[in-house]
Amino acid sequence: MTALVVVACIAALLLLALAAALGARASRATPLVYGSTAVICLVAFSAALLGDDGALMLPVGLPWLGAHVRVDRLAAVFLALIDLGGAGASLYAIGYGRHEHAPHRVLPFFPAFIAGMNLVVIADDAYTFLFAWELMSLASWALVMADHRSPDSRRAGIVYLIMATFSALTLLLALGLLAATHGSYAFADMRAGELPPWRAGLVLTLALIGAGSKAGLMPLHAWLPLAHPAAPSHVSALMSGVMTKVAIYAFIRIVFDLLGPANSTWWWAVPVLTTGGTAAVLGVLHALMEHDLKRLLAYSTIENVGIVFIGLGLALAFRANAMPGAAALALTAALFHAFNHMLFKSVLFFGAGSVLVATGERNIERLGGLIRVMPVSAGCVLTACMAASALPPLNGFASEWLTFQTILVSPALPQWGLRLLVPTVGTLLALAAALAAACFVRAYGIAWLGRPRSACVDGAHEADRFSLAAMAGFAALCVLAGLFPGVVIDALSPAVQMVVGGRLQPQLGLPWLSIVPIADRSSSYNALAIFVFVFCATGMGWAALHRLGSKAVRSARLWDCGYPDLGPVTEYTAASYSQPIRRVFGPLVFRSSESVVMPPPGDMSPARISKRMHDLAWEALYQPVCDAVLALAVFFDRFQFLTIRRYLSFVFLALVGLLLALTLWQ
Amino acid sequence: MIQALAAQGTQMFLVLLLAPLLTGYVRRLKARLQRRRGPSVLQPYRDLLRLLRKEVVLPETSSWLFRAAPYAIFSTTWVAAALVPTFATELLFSWSGDLIAIIALLGTARFMQALAALDVGTSFGGIGSSREVMIASLAEPALTMLVFTIALIAGTTQLSEMAAALLSPTLGLRVSLALALIGFVIVAIAENARIPVDNPATHLELTMVHEAMVLEYSGRYLALIEFAAALKLLMYASLIACIFCPWGIATAGSGLAKYGIGMAAWAVKILAAGTALAVFETVIAKMRVFRVPDFLGIALMLGLLGTLLLFVSRSL
Repeated sequence: MTALVVVACIAALLLLALAAALGARASRATPLVYGSTAVICLVAFSAALLGDDGALMLPVGLPWLGAHVRVDRLAAVFLALIDLGGAGASLYAIGYGRHEHAPHRVLPFFPAFIAGMNLVVIADDAYTFLFAWELMSLASWALVMADHRSPDSRRAGIVYLIMATFSALTLLLALGLLAATHGSYAFADMRAGELPPWRAGLVLTLALIGAGSKAGLMPLHAWLPLAHPAAPSHVSALMSGVMTKVAIYAFIRIVFDLLGPANSTWWWAVPVLTTGGTAAVLGVLHALMEHDLKRLLAYSTIENVGIVFIGLGLALAFRANAMPGAAALALTAALFHAFNHMLFKSVLFFGAGSVLVATGERNIERLGGLIRVMPVSAGCVLTACMAASALPPLNGFASEWLTFQTILVSPALPQWGLRLLVPTVGTLLALAAALAAACFVRAYGIAWLGRPRSACVDGAHEADRFSLAAMAGFAALCVLAGLFPGVVIDALSPAVQMVVGGRLQPQLGLPWLSIVPIADRSSSYNALAIFVFVFCATGMGWAALHRLGSKAVRSARLWDCGYPDLGPVTEYTAASYSQPIRRVFGPLVFRSSESVVMPPPGDMSPARISKRMHDLAWEALYQPVCDAVLALAVFFDRFQFLTIRRYLSFVFLALVGLLLALTLWQ
Repeated sequence: MIQALAAQGTQMFLVLLLAPLLTGYVRRLKARLQRRRGPSVLQPYRDLLRLLRKEVVLPETSSWLFRAAPYAIFSTTWVAAALVPTFATELLFSWSGDLIAIIALLGTARFMQALAALDVGTSFGGIGSSREVMIASLAEPALTMLVFTIALIAGTTQLSEMAAALLSPTLGLRVSLALALIGFVIVAIAENARIPVDNPATHLELTMVHEAMVLEYSGRYLALIEFAAALKLLMYASLIACIFCPWGIATAGSGLAKYGIGMAAWAVKILAAGTALAVFETVIAKMRVFRVPDFLGIALMLGLLGTLLLFVSRSL
């Protein structure tokens, strides 16, 4: 039943895309398309939430294969995530889309993009899966290119296209290896058999590269901070919040489900954990150095994807050692964090979009003081920032807390390598969490607080009511998921049970709505109680102050340690804010260097500080490939404008060469 | 039930009442060590009352966040301090957060403080805020590593259970625990903005971290923030006492006599911690801001070393 509803929703979305392509220039097209998308997403969301498992066979696609679709518990979790995110982004876009310069470049692709993501999740054979994967990639590519006049978007578009092709290629190879072993494209057949260990390892590596590059794992992330910000903000929210989760789904489906527990060995966890840990720390460090609000959020996505992959790596390690309880904890933490990241990253991108509409500016160095003109948005974004910084009692902390609890189980692992690796990854996770807090204090403090740094803030105004509704709704969900993590954990447990064969104890039956992942003795966390305590403590503090203390309040000029007010120019900038952290981590991570040029004594000209930073991943991995391609192109360029005589002699030489080879072969 | 509630309530208000006393004691002892007479140990209470009665001077450029932040800082710190066992373990609400949650709760307070410092848009607020998050980003991984070491020994992150596990006679003497203690003290010094990381008494522009963040605050808001700082110091002292020397601590429901012993033991431990802090601050000089990473790196390395030692000793 659910499968049928979801397929109907996908068909409706594709029809909507077609209709939007034909009528995008109509006057009411924007609210109509986004409104219908939101409704369809909500239908699919409730179907995923309430529905049952089921499979369908559609008479489309390859004639001898057809298209298999199936909704199981894992797919249902990701369907719910995709469609909730899709509904929120559509709601936001009803208001935000009005500011779009070229709606006909966005409207047709938006429903198609959501349809593609839904289809990936329910696909039950390799052909449908890859078709849906490409539909998702190409639709999002078209959305990235919506503003095709800006050179940044064009560069983002080409890098994204190349990386998407690369990721699809590796997934094709991974699924091809599975299909070749079992002789069938259907997932049901792939699941059945056992593979030689080297081949299973190769499938894991290919899946990690393919899904990881789509999800933004370092060092295959290069496209992500270019492409996500280039798209319109509601699409950025979808790409960062939802599409990366589809990639995570692909990884779980291939490595956990299709490869199966029979094939898995403990060392699989090593590459997953190390890439996850590196992505978490490097992603957030890049975010800390970034001045572009949307690029900053894109880098923070890399961090969160890293955290999810840490959870997945732990689940792999525990599953390979036949510890289903611990594996279930790890997988629950990963899925919970994926869900949380969708919520808060959507709000953050919505907020960035509202800032963009209000001020026309994405550079945080030119913003400031927005909290006074956009108070409601400011509150929503603050909530999301706190969730992203993993602060209790919000949802980001609940999932990171679960990940830490999983790490604390790791001494039970028999392998020495893992026992040493997991605490190290735990340190990386803690470092990432602390740096994320620094990053969001910086982003929020510079963009929303303080005094306006440029005139662009003067005309700013609060966002429209649809945008506000979307932001406030998701911010409220962040709070609710943080206060009642047990509800989400219980909702995830059927999927976890299906994938790793174990589950956490039901959390909702526990007294006081605490969450107890392992046992009462070892750890428990009750966000609701902490929230109530904090609330009461605040109330008591407030009451005491207002009874005992003076109520007098006087507004005055800034004191600033007695210095005369020098205006907003003297405010701390984003670059100066991250300078201490750049100084600590920069030499290692960015090979950064700073130089100060002081004027000679008596000279009144200002001193100048300049910094140099390198993107090591780009320079080490991508630049050589680019250079090689360019060198090859230059080399072959010589053959482009030759005389007919030369071409004929080439043909002749080629013929002789081939004949010679043929003779030698025989 | 009522007795359990009373015990929990006693702990909550006890930390609230005694927090300024510890700060006053440390100040007094430091002054004596520097051959000054120094203020009375009750001076922090007088300061808080004085601040309470003064009018609030709000900068024109501040927003609602500037006024909300002191409440958030105070209440989260208070709740964190109230969740750390002081005189008794396994109190009524001890399950509501483990050590990781308590540390993260202090993170919430720091987040709000760092934001409030940026809210008014001054250069000093920015400098304090940016240094604070740098120090925090180094202290937090070190702390996590240390928590990991202790959790490995105790098999739990629940503070009451940790205290019980370390009291059990089967534990024996552990090198890892000593390493973790040193690391914990380093982190506690950094988190509480004490010498050599930060100087709580300084108003020299270039060395301020914590003070720079609260520069624009006055009146009752400043009182709340100062109170929160005192609570945080007491909390870290209780935390170290609870984990590393849980002797004498009572368990919930064990009767008033045991509670009395627990309180006396706690008072002795806190006084010892305050004395050690005052002596340490007197004999050591403040270090440059960019030496702090090395200092906190020691804590991180101690945590790693403690974990490794545990693995080695277990496998033998």
